Amino acid sequence: MTDAAPPVRARGLVKRYKEVLAVDHVDLNVRTGDVYGFLGPNGAGKTTTLRMALGLIAPTEGVVELFGRDPMREGARALEGVAGFVEAPRFYPYLSARKNLELLAALDGSGAKERIGEVLEIVELTPRAAHRVGGYSHGMRQRLGIAAALLRRPRLLILDEPATGLDPAGMRDMRSLIRRLADEAITVLLSSHQLPEVQELCDRVAIVDRGRVVYEGALADLRRQGGAGYRLHTTDDVRALEVAREQPGIQFAALGEHGLSFQAQESDVGALSLALGAARVAILSLTPELATLEDLFFRLTENNGDGEPAHALAAPVASDERLVEAP
Amino acid sequence: MSSVGATAAAPALGVARFKRPATLTVYRWELRKLVSQKRTYLGLGLATILPLIFVVVQNLRTRQDRGGENIFASQITHSGLATPVLMLLFLSVFMLPLIASLVAGDIVAAEDGNGTLKTILTRSVDRGQLFAAKAFAAMTYATIAVFASAAVGTAAGVASWGFNSVTTYSGTVVSASEGLLLVFASNACYLIPLLAVASIGVLLSTVTRNSAAAVVGTVGVTILLFIISQIPGLEGIRPYLLTEQYENWHGLLRTPTDWAPIAHSAWVCALYGVPALIAGYLVLLRRDVAGG
Repeated sequence: MTDAAPPVRARGLVKRYKEVLAVDHVDLNVRTGDVYGFLGPNGAGKTTTLRMALGLIAPTEGVVELFGRDPMREGARALEGVAGFVEAPRFYPYLSARKNLELLAALDGSGAKERIGEVLEIVELTPRAAHRVGGYSHGMRQRLGIAAALLRRPRLLILDEPATGLDPAGMRDMRSLIRRLADEAITVLLSSHQLPEVQELCDRVAIVDRGRVVYEGALADLRRQGGAGYRLHTTDDVRALEVAREQPGIQFAALGEHGLSFQAQESDVGALSLALGAARVAILSLTPELATLEDLFFRLTENNGDGEPAHALAAPVASDERLVEAP
Repeated sequence: MSSVGATAAAPALGVARFKRPATLTVYRWELRKLVSQKRTYLGLGLATILPLIFVVVQNLRTRQDRGGENIFASQITHSGLATPVLMLLFLSVFMLPLIASLVAGDIVAAEDGNGTLKTILTRSVDRGQLFAAKAFAAMTYATIAVFASAAVGTAAGVASWGFNSVTTYSGTVVSASEGLLLVFASNACYLIPLLAVASIGVLLSTVTRNSAAAVVGTVGVTILLFIISQIPGLEGIRPYLLTEQYENWHGLLRTPTDWAPIAHSAWVCALYGVPALIAGYLVLLRRDVAGG
């Protein structure tokens, strides 16, 4: 394990199943300390990408490294310091939770067995530890999955939809746990399609749609560069819409119940206000509205039928925090 | 988990560096998993109940003529050591291969079915280690089944008809203790083809990802080979069929000991077992572990 190497680095990752291109040249950069959201609609290729990251399936092309090690080349050695689960965590139904953890601890070595009580306590499964996992609810299995991951004392935790199937309280607790783990300097790669969860937890995200990364970078940058949204109320909103549509830099202008909404950079908003004055349309109110992750997600992933995102973001992100627009 | 996020006094979760576990550790856990599964006991139950049924039925028989073609059949009431030899003869063709297949055919496929293959492979275990542990566990089970059957047959036979000398195929009378040694050695020799059957089971378990298909497939292979051995005109290939090696131990019950069938079966069985294990290993190594 190279300490300088990033927890996850994927380059040109491709997975093809016969005619189906599940993952299409995905690049990922998860940095130490990130709580990294891996977002996408169902079937976008998130789980396939995570499987490749954990060495469960072989990429058709490209490479993924965990702390500088390629799981396809180095096998279990590449998973040192890495834990997590893909899809629902699975256990031996005929063994108790404790026996399952004992088995996994034996496969991990290095004192993992001594931590079984500790991790059961963390996920609050101690009272049910002697029960067979076959009788566990979905939520309990999710928690056991987290416990199994924590046995390894990971530096990188890969979680695939950890809150799926949990009730609201369970989802809240799962978020609290992830936040706490992140606070303990564990890098978290969190795959999810629960946008509030990602917005609350993650500092950096990759948004994937039909196998392709359409955005990777800081969540704050995404929201900022996704375009500051504005709501405008004037003496003549219909005329204001016409003016706005003629103005360079004004995007997604639309008339709604509460006036005109649009997205633009600050400098373009100034130009618009001058143009409205010239058109003898008085501004009654102009309110900035930061785009939500949900807005941005749908803008990036909803397509117009030809495979292209319906909308591009207002401005691409520079360097590795770039906006990757669909070709 | 309601207090998880809020619990400030939770234990520290510092980072650990892991040492890869020994294959022996993985093997031990495969055995522990076997011990926890009901089907394990189904096979062992079959292996041990049949000698008991045999002994009970023979005790209930009133007709004393127990002759026939096999020399050990005629000695049933003279020596309890004839019982395990006869049981090996009866069970070797179908029942013991079936019992070996029950676990061998299930051992990888069940992990696929449960989705636990991905759980194991995201720990510190390499696929090669896992495959080796599973193959050895399947073979261990086959070995235990054979010797459990022999032990029960011997105990029941000796309890019913005494620990007496026994006459071998060549007509030589051997002492009871030597006879007991021969019973043990015969079962050990029978393990050679049985372990090849188990290897085929592990291969099919890895390839099919379906326990039932692998178990049925393994038994199907042995039945197919048995049928081939009965087809007139194919006598030339008969010595190289796996099912023909089931009687390799007969050479031990002759005086002097005929080692030729044992040596022959060793390399013939290797031709079946070793490629099966290599193929199974390569399949698992290149397997995309999806699903579950």
